[in-house]
Amino acid sequence: MATGVPLLRVSGVCKYFGGLTALNRVDFEVLPGEVVALLGDNGAGKSTLIKCISGVYRPEEGTVFFQGQPITGRSPSAIREQGIETIYQDLALAENLDVSANVFLGKERKKKLLGFIPVTDDAWMRHEAEKVLDRLDIHIPSLRQKLVNLSGGQRQAVAIARAIYWNARLVIMDEPTAALGVPEQRKVLSLIQSLSAQQIPVILISHTMQDVMEVATRIVVMRRGRVVANLPRSAATVDSIVKHIVGAGDMTD
Amino acid sequence: MSAATRPKSTAASVQDNVLDFIARFWSYLFLLALVIFFSVTGQGFFSVRNFSNILVFSTLVILMSIGQNYVIITAGIDLSIGWTVGLASVIAARTMRDLALGGMEVTPAIIIGIVAGLLVSLIPGIINGVLIALVKVPPFIATLGMFGIIRGAAFLLTDGQQVVGGLPQNLRDTLSAFGNGSLLYNVPEMGLVWFNRPPEMTPLQLRGTDMLVPYPVIVVALVALVFGFILARTQFGRHTYAIGGNLDAARRVGINVNRHLIIIYVLSAFTAGIAGVMHVFRFTAGSPLAGEAQLLSSVAAVVIGGTSLFGGAGKISGGVIGALIIAVLTTGLVILNIDQLWGFIVVGVVIIIAVLVNQAQSLLERRKTAH
Repeated sequence: MATGVPLLRVSGVCKYFGGLTALNRVDFEVLPGEVVALLGDNGAGKSTLIKCISGVYRPEEGTVFFQGQPITGRSPSAIREQGIETIYQDLALAENLDVSANVFLGKERKKKLLGFIPVTDDAWMRHEAEKVLDRLDIHIPSLRQKLVNLSGGQRQAVAIARAIYWNARLVIMDEPTAALGVPEQRKVLSLIQSLSAQQIPVILISHTMQDVMEVATRIVVMRRGRVVANLPRSAATVDSIVKHIVGAGDMTD
Repeated sequence: MSAATRPKSTAASVQDNVLDFIARFWSYLFLLALVIFFSVTGQGFFSVRNFSNILVFSTLVILMSIGQNYVIITAGIDLSIGWTVGLASVIAARTMRDLALGGMEVTPAIIIGIVAGLLVSLIPGIINGVLIALVKVPPFIATLGMFGIIRGAAFLLTDGQQVVGGLPQNLRDTLSAFGNGSLLYNVPEMGLVWFNRPPEMTPLQLRGTDMLVPYPVIVVALVALVFGFILARTQFGRHTYAIGGNLDAARRVGINVNRHLIIIYVLSAFTAGIAGVMHVFRFTAGSPLAGEAQLLSSVAAVVIGGTSLFGGAGKISGGVIGALIIAVLTTGLVILNIDQLWGFIVVGVVIIIAVLVNQAQSLLERRKTAH
């Protein structure tokens, strides 16, 4: 299912923090429609790699290409404009606002009241939010609901819906199921699958092996700043992955 | 993830809805209860004249609560607006007086005085905003510093006097015609009179005249409507709530948070400036102390009205109701001839009740949607 030119290509990226080598000549690719699980122990370099892609960090060496264009060194907001959306654990939502206000936060649609007073077009935004939620098969009883009253999985879904509405082409998710109950985890996983079905690839950081084995199409393991394994899901077993994570497996530099 | 709402017993859900209604509108109900209580117990409380007095009396706190409300919704606080009211009143009074004494006509002198008072009131707001948004000084500290600075500046401008007086009589008459005037009067044996008190009135008519629509109340109602509308319906209002709810999220979606916060503090100073100018109209003099005693009332009004000090929630109408509760309490106690000191105690208790009710309400809301 994953074919064609890579949407994202990380080539020879190095990142140092003082004397510490956080990323050591990392190569990494994501093809359209893939779900790439990024695994590794704490400090293996997963988050650093993600931050180099999303523009939070600027790598010392190497290049990040997105849709064939180098995006290394651009600002996080410029990279998000390009279509790479990172959904962090804290989700970056305003929990005191309702669902559609969050989907449109910062980019509110406006209309003119009495022909000259600019006000937010809440009905239109609610309708649009409904459409994108439907498209992702997300059910939230009322879009007027403030997020603080929604479950963790529903908030996760709102964050994803926002990314999709604003034309995310690649979604990076950092531990999306960490804080969720089991039914909620299942929903988020099926959300990830429906993204990839719509040809939007996902990079998934997770410590939960069941999640990874269920949704990933490819598994990339990092250790000490290097990519030590890069396997299609079909070639991976939990055992072999764990060996790579702890460094007991075959090194494949 | 879908809402598999458990069937609740109808009795429990009715009870929840009643509780929710009370939690949501308790400040309105409390105001109503106060009015009924004082009307039954206090001689002369239930009268057009008294209600009109209460409204005029509350204008100062309402104005200050409007700006304060915006600030508190962003999870800030503005301690400096009490002295900003004083500063604006001093500047406006001095400007009008000096221009009038210098031979200028009354109307242009008043207009220039208004503009000067309002413009000067923006200065502490700009400084507050820059300190808080750009230098990252906590709002409490920044506006506490400004509290001292404006207090000193206002008194320096009056050479330490508590009142800027000495306005010529014709100027004072014009100011008072608006500051203590009404769009519509009810005069005994004469009926409704528009715009101005009739020139010739018997002592009975003088005593019996009611101001039905006092000008200061019109001004404050307009300001409250405009700022309430901006908060509730515009993108600026939406972003104000977002900043109070999650500052980082607001920043990450591209809201210019720093600029927004500066505007918020300028707005807070501006509504204080309006209050200062209005003081000059009502008292035909300026005073550094014009709003000093009302600072805490403005915070109290906002909190009573349901705005969370943690930011992210609140309405302008809430602050208006809060200010009215304080005004009704104060006036009611006077009419019942109870020591004003009890007023402080009651307002203190009401503030604490307000916070408790708000907490209970968010619990209720969560219980209603949780499943």
